[in-house]
Amino acid sequence: MPITPDVILFVVFALIAVVSAINVVVQTHPISSALSLVGVMGSLAILYLLLGAEFIAAAQVIVYAGAVMVLFVFVIMLLNAGTEVKKGRSFMVQLLGVPLLVALLGMTAFFVQRIYSPRETVHFGGFTGGSAQDIGHALFTAYLLPFEVTSVLILIAIIGAVVLARKELE
Amino acid sequence: MDSFIVITLIKAFVVFAVLMTTLAYLQWVERKVIAHIQVRPGPYRVGPHGLLQPLADVIKLLTKEDLIPPYVNKPLYLAAPFLAITMALLSISVIPFGPVIDVFGYKTSMQLADLNIGVLFVLAVSSMGVYGIALAGWSSNNKYALIGGLRSSAQMISYELPMSLAIAAPLLISNTLSLHDLVKSQEGSILNWNILHGPFPQIVSFIVFIIAAFAETNRVPFDLPEAENELVAGFHTEYSSMKFASFFMAEYANMITVSSMATLLFLGGWVAPWPAAYGSSLVPVLIFAVAGVVALYHGAHAARKRDTRTFPVFGIVFLAIAGIFLLPKVQEWLLPLFWFCAKTGSILFAFMWVRGTLPRFRYDQLMGFTWKFLFPVAMLNLLVTGLLVAWVS
Repeated sequence: MPITPDVILFVVFALIAVVSAINVVVQTHPISSALSLVGVMGSLAILYLLLGAEFIAAAQVIVYAGAVMVLFVFVIMLLNAGTEVKKGRSFMVQLLGVPLLVALLGMTAFFVQRIYSPRETVHFGGFTGGSAQDIGHALFTAYLLPFEVTSVLILIAIIGAVVLARKELE
Repeated sequence: MDSFIVITLIKAFVVFAVLMTTLAYLQWVERKVIAHIQVRPGPYRVGPHGLLQPLADVIKLLTKEDLIPPYVNKPLYLAAPFLAITMALLSISVIPFGPVIDVFGYKTSMQLADLNIGVLFVLAVSSMGVYGIALAGWSSNNKYALIGGLRSSAQMISYELPMSLAIAAPLLISNTLSLHDLVKSQEGSILNWNILHGPFPQIVSFIVFIIAAFAETNRVPFDLPEAENELVAGFHTEYSSMKFASFFMAEYANMITVSSMATLLFLGGWVAPWPAAYGSSLVPVLIFAVAGVVALYHGAHAARKRDTRTFPVFGIVFLAIAGIFLLPKVQEWLLPLFWFCAKTGSILFAFMWVRGTLPRFRYDQLMGFTWKFLFPVAMLNLLVTGLLVAWVS
């Protein structure tokens, strides 16, 4: 693989994504964890951008980093959640944790290698269907039914939230 | 390729320098406007008519002691103002100030980057701007700051919805997400601007956008996050020196961004209200010439002793600017810039005017207003626009 600016950016932001993802779990304070998650989502958006999916990248930032995570941070601030107290790990976790993690990663790597041949690596800039127009066209023709069904799903979630909140009041 | 990098670097430097100067002087303009609304002179001591006041403020803020209170969450406390100012300055990079121009044989657009998702980029960056304020409030470890931060994040999430819906309606008419093409679609005269353009004039959408913009920038009458009579100073209570100043710079930079967005989306960007064939290119000449003559007249009949020296200088400067607008080659660059600044400036003036006029909302009124009124209105407007656009095409 030749080293182009794309590849350098990919490595940098992939590293940031992985480090932030680990940080989400390692941090003891909820706010720090939530902010690390924002880091994961931000660097994912950059990766989408590198692949040529501009609309998805913008939507990722607006919806996940900008709206969902702001709500998370808001709730954590509102409840004034304190630092998590780390309990001693159980014997089973200490014994099996690391081997199981290694096994999982190894299996993932194995299957990814089996499914995708090494020649089919990602070409930066090879994909051109990521503009707002392409996405809109795909959503309202090929994927109309899943798109509409998703909106019903979200509606159900909203109604469920309202019902739960009303019960609390009575 | 190399010339592209050099040109972009030069443009970035120019935009940054102009933006920083504008930020500093916007403060001065606001203080003057508020002062004149309240029948007092405003800043007057530093320089003629207080014109050097921004410089004095910057020196004062830079040399003040930079306190970090004990018991704050230090990393986030330090990161918050940085986040706020970065996000505020970032969105200016996609704002186009003028058309593609010819600079010494090199064609370049008066814009740092023409993204084909420019509108979404601005929305994304502004939605990230909440973190600066929310984290400043939380990390300060102060109840007033915390309540300010909470109010601000709730308010910004709520007003983002009607704002996005208000933005979507003119996009349906212009049929593009690139800010440059957006203005191109409104070329011609005032009747082609999205605020008046058929099939459905976007006046409602414009008003909703402006109201949401006031809330997004935490300005009066929606400045609950920094309501000084209940919250001391809100989210920036514990900040001092340049960290305090960066929140203000972020607020003013956001004001400039939303005003330029309103200009680009609804008011035709750098397009003149009527074609140059009917003399729209003479408007800036006329305005500056009249301003120059008025300044000279007041210099000759000065009420105060200092004005006998300052007003003639201003008068000559204005007349010189009027002369520059008559040069045919320079006119090509300056006219779009003039119209863009005039429209953005008018909206910025409205921001100050409202601050000098309206009282603050109560918090439940603020939330009820956006969810029960603004959001349905924006939704209805979007629906009608969509239907009419589909029907016409």
